[in-house]
Amino acid sequence: MSENIIRISGINPRQCMKCGKCSATCPAFDEMDVHPHQFASMVVEGRVDELLASETLWKCLSCFACVERCPRSVEPAKLIEAVRDCVIRQKGGSYLSPDDIPEKLDSELPQQALMAAFRKYRK
Amino acid sequence: MQRIGVFVCWCGSNIAATVDVDAVVEAVKNEPGVCFAKNYQYMCSEAGQALIKDAIKEHNLTGIVVCSCSPRMHEATFRKTAEQAGLNPYMVEIANIREHCSWIHKDMKEATEKAVILARAAIAKVNLNAPLQAGESAVTKRALVIGGGIAGLQSAIDIADAGYPVDIVEKSPTIGGKMAQLDKTFPTLDCAACILTPKMVEAAQHPNITLYTYSEVEEVKGFVGNFNVKIKKKARFVDSTKCTGCAVCTAKCPSRKGGNEFNCNLDTRGAVYIPFAQAVPNVATIDTERCIHFKTGKCGICQKVCSAGAIDFEQKDEFIEEKYGAIVVATGFEILDVTKFDEFQYTKHPDVVTSLELERIMNAAGPTKGTLLRMSNKEHPHDIVFIQCVGSRGNTCRDKTYCSKICCMYTAKHAMLIREKYPDVNVHVFYIDVRTPGKNFDEFYRRAVEQYNVDYIKGMVGKVWEKENGRLAVQGVDLISNRRIMLETDMVVLAAAIQPSKGVRNIATMLTASIDTNDFLTEAHPKLRPVESPTAGVFLSGVCQGPKDIPETVSQAGAAAVKVVGLLAKDKLVTNPCTATPNELMCNGCSSCARVCPYGAIDYVEKEVNDHGKREVRRLATVNSALCQGCGACTVACPSGAMDLKGFSNRQIMAEVDAICR
Ligand SMILES: Cc1cc2nc3c(=O)[nH]c(=O)nc-3n(C[C@H](O)[C@H](O)[C@H](O)COP(=O)(O)OP(=O)(O)OC[C@H]3O[C@@H](n4cnc5c(N)ncnc54)[C@H](O)[C@@H]3O)c2cc1C
Ligand code: SF4
Ligand code: SF4
Ligand code: SF4
Ligand code: SF4
Repeated sequence: MSENIIRISGINPRQCMKCGKCSATCPAFDEMDVHPHQFASMVVEGRVDELLASETLWKCLSCFACVERCPRSVEPAKLIEAVRDCVIRQKGGSYLSPDDIPEKLDSELPQQALMAAFRKYRK
Repeated sequence: MQRIGVFVCWCGSNIAATVDVDAVVEAVKNEPGVCFAKNYQYMCSEAGQALIKDAIKEHNLTGIVVCSCSPRMHEATFRKTAEQAGLNPYMVEIANIREHCSWIHKDMKEATEKAVILARAAIAKVNLNAPLQAGESAVTKRALVIGGGIAGLQSAIDIADAGYPVDIVEKSPTIGGKMAQLDKTFPTLDCAACILTPKMVEAAQHPNITLYTYSEVEEVKGFVGNFNVKIKKKARFVDSTKCTGCAVCTAKCPSRKGGNEFNCNLDTRGAVYIPFAQAVPNVATIDTERCIHFKTGKCGICQKVCSAGAIDFEQKDEFIEEKYGAIVVATGFEILDVTKFDEFQYTKHPDVVTSLELERIMNAAGPTKGTLLRMSNKEHPHDIVFIQCVGSRGNTCRDKTYCSKICCMYTAKHAMLIREKYPDVNVHVFYIDVRTPGKNFDEFYRRAVEQYNVDYIKGMVGKVWEKENGRLAVQGVDLISNRRIMLETDMVVLAAAIQPSKGVRNIATMLTASIDTNDFLTEAHPKLRPVESPTAGVFLSGVCQGPKDIPETVSQAGAAAVKVVGLLAKDKLVTNPCTATPNELMCNGCSSCARVCPYGAIDYVEKEVNDHGKREVRRLATVNSALCQGCGACTVACPSGAMDLKGFSNRQIMAEVDAICR
C-alpha cells in the first residue's frame, strides 16, 4: 500500500528530515488529526490504513504551501493527494462530471478548488 | 619483442570474490610478449613484491603489468619494486581490475571478462613502452597564501616560523576575515578580537611575511615548486607609507550614505574608510564608486584634512610578479543570501537579521555600540526567536544540501550571551537537530538549555509577519508535542547557511585546482590527504575546503603549513618524464597546441629542417619539459598529429583501444 502511495504521488517520503516546516506553514493545521509532517513518516512506516481514515484528507486545502516550503522536496500535499485519491477510487467515481463545470464556473473561484472539487464535492 | 610478466592481485577478497583470477592468468598467457603470469593474494605486500622481483630476474622480463587496484593507490609501489629488480620504472603498467571491475560489477562472468580485456590493453601498451628517465626541477623557497582570514594567517605564520618567506594576498583592505566581525567565540566565549588581533599583528610584523592587502591574484603560471604569480595591488588612493591611520579623513568625508560592509551594512561609512579600529594595515582606502571626487571631480576634503599628505587621487594599480614553490588557498566563506526566504520577512523588516548581523549588533564596535537593540526603533527587545538551518540541509533551489556545521554552536552562544547580559529577554530557538560534536560542545549547548533557560523547540518556523503593534508574529510547530506554536517577538535571527567566497571559482581555475558541486575546494584524498589539492603544490586551509569553526580551521591551517614546509624543504623535485614532444617534420607551426596548454609550456622557434632532402626554415613548436605536466591536451589539439606524449604516445593508446576492441 505504501508503494502505491509512493507511485501515485511520485514522491520519495524517505527524503523527509522531520523538520516540520510543512506543519509550521499549513493553514489547516489545527483542524487536522494527522499533521503534514506526520504524513511522510506514516507512509514510510506503512501506516496507510490510518491515513485512509484520517480527517486530514478532507481538511487539507490543497493550497500547496507545504509543497512550496518543504526543503527536502517531499511535498506532503502530493502524498495527501495520493491517499485521498485511493479513498475516492475505493468509493468509485468522481463527484463531479466535466459536463457540470461550465454552469458552476465563477470568476472568483480558484482553479485549484475546482480540481479538488472533482474529488471532494458531495451534494 | 618485449618479455612481459603479468601479476594478478586478489586484493584479499576485494578482487578475487568477483573476478576469477585464475581465469585471468590463463587468458593472458598467450597474449603477445607475455612469458610469465601469476596471481597472488596481496601483490602490494612484501611477499607479493618479492614475487614480482624474482620473476623479473628469473625470466629476464623487460616490462610488467600488474592487474590490481587504481594506479592512484599503488603505481608508485610497483614502479619502485620494478626499479629494485633493475627494470626501468616506466616499463610498469597497471590494469585497474578493482575500482573498474570487482567493485562495480556483481556478476563474476562479466567482471572476469572485463578484467581480461583491461589486462590485454595494458599488455598491448607495455609492448610499446620505452624506458624513460625522470628529470629534476628546483624549488622556489617562498610560499603564497591567498586569503588573510584566520586560516590564511595561521598557515602563513607557521610557514614563516619554519624559516620560509610567505606572501599573503588579501582582497579586502585589511586582514582578519570573518573572525574579525565576530563578537565572542564558542566554546570558551573569549572575545574574537582579543584572540585574533595578536595574530594579525604577528603576521604584519613577522620578518618572513609580506602582506598584500586590497590585492588580488591576477594570473598563475608554472607548476609545483615553480609557480609564477602576478598580483594586482589595487590602488587605495592613499599612500600607505604616509597614512598614519588617524581616521580624520574618514570622519570628514561627506559621502556617507553607503553601507558599512564590516557592520553588515547595518550602518554607513564614508567613501574614504578604515574597516575597523584594529585593521591591519591601519591605512585608509578610497571607495571610488562612492567618492565624490571620482564622480564629479569636486570635494577633495580628505586631501585637505590629511595632515600627512597621504591622499593620492592619481595612484594607479600596481602589479607584482613573484615566484613561489607552494600556494595555500584560504579564501574562506560568505553568508548565503537569505532574500529568497521571503517567509521570514528578512527584506521587509529590519528586526529580522542574520546571525552575522547579530554578531555586529552585540559587538561594542558595532552599529549599536554593543547594546542589544531592535534595528527598527532602537528599543530594547523582550523576546527573540532564532531559526536554525536557514538554507542548509535542503535539496531545493533555495538551499545548500550540506550542514553548515557552525550554526548550532553559534546559536547556542548567542542565546546564552543574551540571557547572561539581559536576563529579562526570552529566547526561543527553533531547530531541526542540534548538532554539537566537538570537545566541550554538547556541554556548551546543554548549558544554554539547563542553566540559561533557553527555550529550544524541535520544529521549524513556517512564516513570520509584522503585527499592527510593530512586533513580529512567528508561526511554527513543536514536533515533540505535535502542536502549533504562535509567538510574538521583537527580533528574529536567521542562522543562514555559509558558502564558499564568490571568487573561489576564479582562483580554482587559475590554479587548475578542482572544486565540488558546492564550490568547496576538493582534497587530494578525503581521508588521507585532506589539506592537499589534487593539483601538486596547492594546499587548502579553512572554510574554502568545507564548513568548519575556528579551532578546526586553525588545526587545518597548521596541517597545510606543514605540507608546504615539507615541500619547500626539498632542494629538488623529481619531474614527470611523461612530457610532450613534437615531431618536427609533421609540425606546421599552427599554434593550436600552445593555445590549449594550461601550463604555458609550448613555444615556437624558427628552425631549418630537412624534409626528405628539402631544406627549409619552418616555424616549429617546442615544449619546455620542465613546465610540461603531461596532461596531453596538446596531443589532441594538434591537427597534424605532430605532438606526442612520452609514455602515452598515440601509438600506445591506439594499441590499447585495439586490444579492447579485439
Ligand atoms: C555568525 C557566525 C558566528 C561564528 N561564531 C564562531 C564562534 O563563536 N567560534 C568559532 O570557532 N567559529 C565561529 N564561526 C566560524 C568562523 O567564522 C570561521 O570558522 C572562520 O572565520 C573561518 O576562517 P577562514 O579564514 O577559513 O575564512 P574567512 O574568515 O572567510 O577568511 C577568508 C579571507 O579570504 C579573503 N578572500 C576571499 N576570497 C579571496 C580572493 N579571491 N583573493 C584574496 N583574498 C580572498 C577574504 O576577504 C577573507 O579575509 C562563526 C561564523 C559565523 C558566520
Ligand atoms: S496543501 Fe494541505 S497540507 Fe499542505 S499546507 Fe496546504 S492545507 Fe496544509
Ligand atoms: S517540510 Fe518536508 S522535510 Fe520537513 S517535515 Fe515536512 S515533509 Fe518532512
Ligand atoms: S589618509 Fe590621512 S587623514 Fe586618512 S587616515 Fe591616513 S593619515 Fe589620516
Ligand atoms: S602535455 Fe602539452 S598541453 Fe599538457 S602540459 Fe605538456 S605541453 Fe602543455
